[in-house]
Parts: sequence; C-alpha cells; structure tokens
Amino acid sequence: MSDPGHDAAAREMRRAAETEAAALPALLIAAEHLANTVQMGGHGRRRTGPGEEFWQYRAAHSGDAARFVDWRRSARSDTQFIREREMQTAQSLHLWVDPAASMRFTGAATGRAARPEKRDRAQLLALALGISALRAGERVGLASPLAPPRPGKAHLLTLAQALTSETADTDYGTPDLTAVAPQSEVVLISDFLGPPEGIETALTGVADHGVKGALLQVLDPAEEDFPYDGRTIFTSIGGAVQFETREAAGLRARYRDRLAERRDRLETLALRTGWAFSTHHTGAPAQAALLWLHGALGGARR
Amino acid sequence: MMTLGPLGFTAPWILLGLAALPALWWLLRAVPPAPIRRRFPGVVLLLGLPDADTQAERTPWWLLALRMLAMAAAIIGFAGPVLNPDPQPVTKGPLLIVVDGSWASARDWPRRVERISRALDEAATAGRPVALINLSDPPPSPPPFTEASTLKRGLPGLQPQPWEPAMELDPAQVLPTGRFDTLWLSDGLVRQMRAPLRQALSAHGRLAVWQPATPVLALGAATVEGRLLHLPVQASAPVARALDVVAFGTDPAGVERELARVPLTLENTTEARAEFDLPPELRNRISRFEISGQRSAGAVSLTDDAQKRRKVALIAGSTAREGLELLAPTHYLREALAPSADLIEATLLDALATKPDVVILADIGAVAEADRLAEWLEEGGLLIRFAGPRLAAAETGNDPLLPVMLRQGGRAIGGTMSWGEPRRIAPFDATSPFAGLVVPDEVTVREQVMAEPGPDLPDHTIAALADGTPLVTRTAFVQGEIVLFHVTANAEWSNLPLSGLFPQMLERLSVLARPVAPSAEDLAGQVFTPLKRLDGFGALFTAEAAAGVAGEALAEGPPGPALPPGLYGVEGRVLALNALPAGRQLAPASWPETVTVEGDLAPRQTRLQGPLLTAALAALLLDILATLTLSGRLRGARAMVLIGLALGLAPLDTRAQDATMSDARAIAAADNVVLAYMPSGDAQMDAVSEAGLRGLSTILTRRTTVEPAPPMALDLETDDLALFTLIYWPISAASPSPSPMGYAKLNRFLRGGGMILFDTRDADLSGFGTATEAGQRLQILAAPLDIPPLAPLPADHVLTRAFYLLQTMPGRYDGPIWVEAAPLDAEQVAGMPFRNLNDGVTPVVIGGNDWAAAWAVDDTGQPMFPVGRGSAGERQREISWRFGVNLVMHVLTGNYKSDQVHVPALLERLGQ
Repeated sequence: MSDPGHDAAAREMRRAAETEAAALPALLIAAEHLANTVQMGGHGRRRTGPGEEFWQYRAAHSGDAARFVDWRRSARSDTQFIREREMQTAQSLHLWVDPAASMRFTGAATGRAARPEKRDRAQLLALALGISALRAGERVGLASPLAPPRPGKAHLLTLAQALTSETADTDYGTPDLTAVAPQSEVVLISDFLGPPEGIETALTGVADHGVKGALLQVLDPAEEDFPYDGRTIFTSIGGAVQFETREAAGLRARYRDRLAERRDRLETLALRTGWAFSTHHTGAPAQAALLWLHGALGGARR
Repeated sequence: MMTLGPLGFTAPWILLGLAALPALWWLLRAVPPAPIRRRFPGVVLLLGLPDADTQAERTPWWLLALRMLAMAAAIIGFAGPVLNPDPQPVTKGPLLIVVDGSWASARDWPRRVERISRALDEAATAGRPVALINLSDPPPSPPPFTEASTLKRGLPGLQPQPWEPAMELDPAQVLPTGRFDTLWLSDGLVRQMRAPLRQALSAHGRLAVWQPATPVLALGAATVEGRLLHLPVQASAPVARALDVVAFGTDPAGVERELARVPLTLENTTEARAEFDLPPELRNRISRFEISGQRSAGAVSLTDDAQKRRKVALIAGSTAREGLELLAPTHYLREALAPSADLIEATLLDALATKPDVVILADIGAVAEADRLAEWLEEGGLLIRFAGPRLAAAETGNDPLLPVMLRQGGRAIGGTMSWGEPRRIAPFDATSPFAGLVVPDEVTVREQVMAEPGPDLPDHTIAALADGTPLVTRTAFVQGEIVLFHVTANAEWSNLPLSGLFPQMLERLSVLARPVAPSAEDLAGQVFTPLKRLDGFGALFTAEAAAGVAGEALAEGPPGPALPPGLYGVEGRVLALNALPAGRQLAPASWPETVTVEGDLAPRQTRLQGPLLTAALAALLLDILATLTLSGRLRGARAMVLIGLALGLAPLDTRAQDATMSDARAIAAADNVVLAYMPSGDAQMDAVSEAGLRGLSTILTRRTTVEPAPPMALDLETDDLALFTLIYWPISAASPSPSPMGYAKLNRFLRGGGMILFDTRDADLSGFGTATEAGQRLQILAAPLDIPPLAPLPADHVLTRAFYLLQTMPGRYDGPIWVEAAPLDAEQVAGMPFRNLNDGVTPVVIGGNDWAAAWAVDDTGQPMFPVGRGSAGERQREISWRFGVNLVMHVLTGNYKSDQVHVPALLERLGQ
C-alpha cells in the first residue's frame, strides 16, 4: 500500500508541472518570434581553430594527418591543401530574472492599454536572448545552479521551465551569482527596487572574476509616473511593506526624485564594473529592449 | 391615508424615518472617506516621505447634504406621497349614477362611459347595488337598484340624446327612495332643474359630480341677410383655440363634401357669428353646418327652406303704365318676393333659360311659348298664375296651363252673376296647404274669374270664398305644379295682395322663404313628417316610420324625446329642427362647495413616489461620482465615461447627429447596383424585403451581367437617393409616411429616372372601386409624389420583354400591376408586334403581388415562403423572379428593347 500523502503530493506536483508546461510553448513561441528579429551571427574569433565555417586553405606540411587534406582542392594543383576552419568559441551566458514578488506587478491588468506583468516581460526578454544565443552556438544557462550553461536547442526547454518555475516569496530579489563561471557573460533583469546593497555586492563579486554583462531594469509605466492621488495605502506585492498617505499626488515629484536617484546609483555601479545598464518599460515593445541587450552583449564581447 | 394640505401619504408611518436623519448626519460626518489600498512595488521608495499638506479628514458638508437629501427623498418617496389624492371611494350602500346624456355630453362620451364603467367596476368589487338614470331619457318610474355587472352589460347601449334634459323635472318621480350615494355625470351646462335635483340627491346621500372643464360649443340656425349667410356660434365659456365652422352640401355630382369653411375665435366672448359669403347656387346646396372637430348634435346646424332663395321669374301681361306703379300687376308680388327670393323679370323665353324655380304669370291670357313652359313644368317647375282682365277675356277653353276650366268673362259686383257685396274668404280647409292660416276679416274679393263647375273642381280647390266659389286652384302637371289665383296680383279685384295673408300664402306655396324662427301660426294646421333625424353625435340618419308632428309643436317646443331634432317635411317643404333651441343661452353649470366635483375641474391625482425615488437614486449616483472624485479614484477617460453615464449623455445617437450619408455607405451604394427597400417600421416586413431583394440580387448575378451588391435599407433622411436605382416600397396599413424633406428627395429621385416599386402585398383583393387598407394607405403615402397618370400594364409594355418575355407579373399573388400610362398618340407601326411606346422608364410600378415574399431566400438560398401549390407554384416563383429581372433591366436599360422596332428599318438600310 502506498502512502496516500505522498501520492497526493506527487499528483499536485505533476499538475503544477503540467500547468507550467502548458504555458511554456506560448512563452517559447513568443520568445522565438522576438529572437527572429535579431540576427545573432557566429562569433568567430577570426583565427584558425575548431569551428564550422571555412577559414582558409593552406599547404599541407608534415605533421598533418591525411584525413585533413582537402582532396577536391588538392586535385587542382600539385601540392596538397588542408582546409582550415575558423575558430569558434562558445561563450557562456548566464541569465537571471528577478523571481521576487515585486516583479508580479502590472499597472494596467485589463483594458485597451493592458500591460503584461513585469515578470512576464522579463522572462520573455531573457528567453528570447537565450534563444538567439543558443542559435549562435553559445552556451546558455541560468545564474542559479538549476540550469548550468549548455549549448543546443534542446536546452531551451530546460531553460524555459527553470525560468518560469523560479519564484520567490520575498518582496524584492537579490541575484545569486555564485554559480557564474569566470569570464562568462551575465544578464540581470529585475526592477532593482530592492535594497541596492545586495546587487552591488553580487555585481562587484563577479566583476572581479572578469565577468561582463548587462543590467536591465524593467519597470511598469505606473512605477515611473506614479499616477496616484487621494488617500491611499500603498503595500508591496508581498504585503510586507506598507505606507499610508493622505494625498498621493503630493508625493509624485519626490517619488520620482528617489527613483532617479536609484537609477543613478545603478548606472554608477555599471560604469564602475564595465557593465551596461538600461531601463525598459513594459508599456514599450520588447524588441527595443532585446536589441539593446544584444548590442550590450556584443559590444562587451568585441 | 394621511393628508397634509394637497399632499396625501399612503404609508405615513415611514415618515418617522426622517427623525433618523440627524443621527445619520452625525455618523456620516464622523467617518472620513475610506482610503484605497494599492499594491505598488515602488512603495520602498516612498517610505519616510511625509505628506505635504493635510487633506480634509472629514466628509465635506456639501457631500453630506447631498446624502441627507437622497435619504430624505427616499424616505418620503417610500411613504407614498400623492398630490391631490382622489377621495377614497365609499364602499357601502347603493349607488345611483345620473347622466345628463344630452348632446353637450356627446363630445366626450367615451370618457363618460369610461367613468361610468369605472364606477360600476368599483361598485361590483364592493358589492354595491347600482341604478342608472339618463336625464335626457328619464325612466317613467324610479329605477330599481341592481347588480353592477348587469348594468355594465347594457353600458354600450347608452348613447347621448340629441336634446337636453327637460328644464323642469320632478325629482320625486325619477329618484329611488332610501339612502344612496350619487355620481352625477354633468354635461357642464346650467339648467333650471339642476338645483332641485341636486338638493334632492344631497338629501339621499353623498353627491359627487363629474364634469369636464372644456366649454360646450353649439351652432344656432343660419339666417340670410342679403348676400351673407349668418350663423350664430355659442360657447358656454370662452374658447382658447381657433375654431372652424364648415358648411357641408352636395356637389353637382350629388356627393356630399365641404363647401366652405370660416375660421372663428371665441377667445374673449361666448357668442360669435360666422359669416358665409357664397354665390346663391352654392348657398342653396348647403345642407348643414358643423363646428370642425366637435362631435355633438349641438355643433350641427341643419338648413331648410329658410336658408334657400328661390329663383322666381315674374312675367306680367302688360307693361306698367307710366305713373301708375301701384296699379302694375306685379308690384305687390315684387314687394312680397324681393326680400327672400331672386327675381327675374324678363321675357318668358329668357326667364326659362335661367332655369327658375317658380314662374309667376300675372294676368296673361294665352301663353305664347306654351310648349316651352310645359317642358319646364314637366321637369318639376311651379307655375303660379294670377287672373285679371286679360285672362278673363281670353279664350281659355283648352288651355292646359290652367288648373281648372274657366268660364269666360268672370264675375263682378253688379255683373252677370250679381254679387250683393264683396265676398270674404272662407277659412281654409284642413287638407289645403294654407291650413291653419288665419283669414283676416278685412280681406274681400270684389271680382274674380269663375271656374267651370265640374266633378273634380273641389279636389283642385285649395282656397275658396265664403260662398264656396274657388279662389285658388291647383293641379299637378307631370312633376310640376300649376296654381291659379282667381284674382289679380294687384289690388284691382281684391285687397288680398294688400293683406299679410298674401305673403303667408306664397310662403306656403314654397315661393317665399320661410322666416328662420317660424311662429306657431306660421306652421299651424300642418302635420310634419320627420325625414331625417340627428343622433346625439350630430350624424344624420333616415327617420323610419316616425309619427308626424304638429306644426305648432315644431314651432314652439324645444327638442325632446317627443320632438327629436332633424329635418321635417310637409308637401315638399322642409323644416329643420336643430338641437340648440332658439333663444337658449349656454352657460357653465356651477356647483356649491359641498359637492365634490371631479373630471377636468378637479386637479388630477399625481403620485409622487416615482419622481422622489428617482431623485433619491440620482442623488446617490451623484454621491458616487463625488466620492470617487474626492478619493482620487476618478481619473482620465474613466471619469469622462462615468460622468457621461451619470448625465445620461453616453449613448449619443450618432445617426441623429449627422444628416448626411456616411462615406462608407455612400461608397457601398455607388460602387455597384444596389437594390434598396423602404423600411416599413415592421421588423418582420423589413426582413422579408431584405431577403426578397437578396434573392433577386442572387438571381440577377446568376443570370445576367447585373451583379448587385447586397440590398440596403433606405434611410430617407440621410441617404442620397441619386445613388440608388430601384426602391422597393412595401406598404402596409401602418406604413409610416416620409417627412416633407423625404418627399422632396423621392420626387427628385423619380425625376432623375429612378423607379419605385410599390407593393401593397394584399393581391389588391378589394376589387374595382374600393381599396384595401394598404391600398388606402398607399394613396395617402403616394399623394405628395410626382406620379404621372397610371394605367394597367399594357400587353406590349417594354417590361414584358426587357429580358424575358413575360405575360404576367406575379409575386406570391398574380394580380394586375399599374405603370405610367402610354401616351395617347402611341400607335402601332404596321407589321410590328408592339406600339412605339413612351420614351423613358415608368417611374413607378404599383401592384399588390407581394413580390418580396416570392423572391425571398434564406441564408442557405432556399425560398422562405411557399408560392402557390406544387410545381405550378414553383413555376410562378420562377416567373416572379423573371419579372424582377425584367424590372431591373428596365430600370437600367430604359427603352432599349423598345428601340428594336427600328431594327427592320436599319437592316433594310444596311442591305442597300
């Protein structure tokens, strides 16, 4: 006789997994669509080495194994040639999407100008970037040890699953970059509204190991504009933080000052570590953010 | 029910809730508006920020006041306030319903019946016995109280009488004994009998009076003064609106129609006179006057001989000798006739040409144009001859134009037949037309012509001298009549023309118009038979087998049950008795304070619950808006929508706003041929029209090069009709009529070569000469349209061969259709099968074949309605489709097929 409690737990897990999996194809397809708009070329190293693209023919000399001789080319002359390929090194890309509760926010859930939650947008961007990187032959993984960087499209599903399943109960998230290998690239997508010390510690920690990357702050337009007035009690999504005001409109200017201050701090941090920093609003199309991410990573690589 | 002045409350206890309002005030004041809870990730950035200023923690006073108002309105509303509440009906004891039932109550008779019916219903519910008394038709004995339902069954038979209740009425004779309550439906006119009856009724129990406030209008008898016809109009009170007095009569074809109309105002007065200035021919045709829009016998004035002016030809034997005017044979006749008749003094031939009613020959021996005069007499003329020396001397043995044979020479005092003294006139016989006229003593006859004695002489004599010799004789002549006065028309032989008897006799002979209000002696001795009678609503109907009425009674009595108003006749003379007796002054009835008066006089009961609750709801809605605004939840577009909804402006009817066709619709209509139909206001009919045109469009697309776009419902107000070619207009009895603008557009459309297919959809079952309901509606609807003369579809009309060769044009029915008539000069060219008919397209096709139903197909392309039976029916549907194709082809190609008459000539020319 099996333990009924265990059975129930297993059934629950399975159901949750299926629910998640049902959402996955949609996310994958959206991410693929988005990735298609960005051409991610092979990141050739411009020198001979193991790779798939043709690089040059050179005269064979002693030491070359016979199986490397390109017989088709050699047949046209007296000497024998060896076909060399361009060296292609695969880079490791670590993605981190803030799983905290604050990301589950949208300023307009319904209506004509309905916006997705910040987390949805962040996941979409991360996965699209991952797809495009995988296509280019890079190794892609998550910052957490759940999904270490691996090449190949088959890895995509694992990535998507890991991305969507990752949730945290805390209000604000801090990246855990302990699993990031040196010399790899990291993309951090979050609203960065939590305590800035955590991110600073994490970032400076990995930057010392030559890790480059990009910080993308995803904000809802409501968080940018603060369009509230009247007597209001603001609570964080998790409910841990509360703040009551009698006239919300009176706080608008000061709130925006503080937001700008926070952004300034992050920018300074990025500048110091050689990372890239940008802000993306969920009201804007995702493509621009993906392009920026792509450019930021490419720029860091070159 | 509790009453406070004019206000009553059905549930006054709820008003106690008003006492709770101050508590509510205190409660509402103490509670500040609730904060909104918002989830907001950026809250960490807000921590520690102080509020800049302190917002009001308490609800503002105006919001409080609004809420209190809403609450107060709701409380008062639920207490059931009623403005001017009806007195509560008493629910026990017998009830007597008294109706005046006169012509004055005919104008609002349905309302009265409705009031009686309501009273009967109430009585039936309460189980009260009821009795009903019609004062215009009082019962011979007090009516017994019976069950209300029994009376209600007889209610439809209760009709207003064309007379008023008798001025004196003994209350004891009609009223039941014992205690009872009374509902009196007064006609609003003051009457002598009212006060005693009211006192009697009040003595029996409660008296309630129902009386409308609108004034009573009535017409008196018309009088002729010179050219003008005067008609007195009376009202019981000044009337605010303008009135029309209309004269009705027969036209030359014998059809009754409106002859004249005079506008009138009674704004500051209760009496006025309508003046009709009409040519005599027209005036003599008037049969009655009516106040337009008043349905009562009092508002009808019948005309009789008094208003007629006869055309009298006066022909004398010798021209008057100069200076001896008083001796002229026609002088006294002229004096007697001139005020009330049109005199013609010419030669006999000229006079006959003007078709006179009466010809008077004064002292003419032998008539020169006897055959012409006889011809005129045969058609119904009245010839009156006076004797004189010439007639006495003439050889009149076989003169057919004399009622009796005359003895030559006559007789005079001291003559052959010696008279001792001048003879008096004997009293008139009862059978004589002069019966009842009083013969004055001083009238004497000195000389006269003598009738040859014979067996029939007494039959011809209508007036005689005291010794029995005939003075006036009469005989019928085919349809006409000949009367002979055996004396002269001047004072030579007798002083009869000098007396007042002379015009009276002429009047009895219908030569003179009767005075408007005839005195008893004018009419004395005659028995008048009712010819037509007025009913209470003022409609004339033929009196059948009614007993005759003595002339005296007719002259004296006010109309009543024994003397119903109408037209009375004797010996071809007609006398009208109007519902309004001469000398009757209309005045509004007034009631003492003790009597409750309802009807229009009493202010109507108004329930205020609805408006109050609506106001409360509106205040609460405003409160929602205000609260939302205060707490900052009302912003941007949402606010606009909410405010719009609250103000009731949200559903803006864009169709009503712009009066022009939308571009998309115009393009759709102009893009391709579009069949359009006129909306009928009946969704079912519109659906059939739409399906029919859709079916026809499909057939056209399949079989011809015309490929119409889906059919459209016409919006006459906004659509530009120039974009349409064929409009299908189904007519039902309830079809709405287009606006004047719409008609202008339709006329422009017809002139521009468009076609309207009218379809009454009833197979025109009425037959010739009458019209079905839809047909009548069609006549009304199509009257303002420029429609040319119509004719049934000729067999060689181009419609029969525009695409298919057709003989009939069926829809679901197979009736005749009408198109523009062919021009008169259309002629058949030799060898051609059809005439060279009208150029252009018939602007309308009218029929009742219900084409849309025959054409109609549903979404799957199957016919929606059966046509005929079996395969014959399907054949008929096919022909009906073909007719549709022909129709569209005719609209689009005009007379193209007609032009083929020229083909042989063209071919011949080509051959050369």
